[in-house]
Amino acid sequence: MNSFTLDGTAIPFAPGQTVLQAALEAGRYIPHLCYHPEFKPHGSCKLCTVQANGRPAAACTLPAQAGLVIVSDSEEINGLRRTLVQMLFAEGNHFCPSCEKSGNCLLQALGYDLGVVTAGFRHFFPDRPVDASHPDIWLDFNRCILCELCVRASCEVDGKCVFALSGRGIDKHLVVNSLSGRLADSAIGLDDKAVSVCPVGAILKKRVGFAVPIGQRRFDIAPISAQALADAPRPAAIGDGA
Amino acid sequence: MSKLRIATTSLAGCFGCHTSLLDIDERLFELLKQVEFDRSPLTDIKHCGPCDIGLIEGGICNAENVEVLREFRRNCKLLVAFGACAVTGGLPAQRNHLDLDACLTEVYLTEPGLANGGIPNDPELPLPLDKVHPLHEVVKVDYFLPGCPPSADAIWQFLSDLIAGRTPHLGHGLIQYD
Repeated sequence: MNSFTLDGTAIPFAPGQTVLQAALEAGRYIPHLCYHPEFKPHGSCKLCTVQANGRPAAACTLPAQAGLVIVSDSEEINGLRRTLVQMLFAEGNHFCPSCEKSGNCLLQALGYDLGVVTAGFRHFFPDRPVDASHPDIWLDFNRCILCELCVRASCEVDGKCVFALSGRGIDKHLVVNSLSGRLADSAIGLDDKAVSVCPVGAILKKRVGFAVPIGQRRFDIAPISAQALADAPRPAAIGDGA
Repeated sequence: MSKLRIATTSLAGCFGCHTSLLDIDERLFELLKQVEFDRSPLTDIKHCGPCDIGLIEGGICNAENVEVLREFRRNCKLLVAFGACAVTGGLPAQRNHLDLDACLTEVYLTEPGLANGGIPNDPELPLPLDKVHPLHEVVKVDYFLPGCPPSADAIWQFLSDLIAGRTPHLGHGLIQYD
């Protein structure tokens, strides 16, 4: 079987796998955020950036090739990842003390695991009203990190295409596919994959926010690096969007 | 060995971080074998003298906060942003996407319930800043201890490292943003 090296260890891979997919299947963790094992790699958040033969590349979209030399767990690369997490925090309004997702949030968990303790950048404090129109679902644009997981899930799994990204660059934002632009007037349902897949607190089910108390939540139990592997190896689902 | 001197204060904070400091409970005795407190709500000393460590809770929301912060920076060898508000601005900074004048007008003039309302303008009141800032946007900050508040265990780990001359390291369960 072909293999590449990840931080000095040989990682076997199947044809068509990306570096991140092969690493996770082999039980090796590379930090990642917008990648989800059930969806096609997106390559937008860059948290999974590694050095591939000395050049930075997103591990989630980089095809595995025999002989590749990948460096992931280095101070230089982790420093870059910390900066990316800080930029994501600075761009939205990610106020953990008031967020129902705290403890289950992938962005927060990555910050913890990477040791992000400072704001790093001057925060934007954008003005983004919450869409609370739907009887069962909150849509809090303040916390959206534009990973497009809800966009992908709503189209590929739910078959509804409720969400899309609009605008470019710093003006890019999440929009709702309904005449009014409000979630209540869209086709979204409480059991949609688009609802459960949100890695942050942007799409939340109403009235269950504190069913599990703070302190007993997923990343209170163990850090994300210790849990991502349990989620990841699902070779049957890779690439087919199912 | 002489004891290290520590000063603490709460600026635009809620004293929750200081309460969490007291939550180290019996470990306070261990701490007091190694440090003595200068200016702090615990001592009621009003101005900061030369210190080794300054712990600052809360962000910067008014002119007095800036003055106190600069007094600490002048006197403390190491300055620590102590808790979420000091690190990021925290809860008070949630007004930052609003216009300050609109905030004051709504609270003191247009909202019902205030007879003869008026925006407070006593010369003794520190003037609010246009935006709430984390400490590091005003002075150099040496260390950051996030958390709303940081847990007692996180504070103990942090202070133990600092007093022992190590770079503070918060592992899983101790580093938190909420």
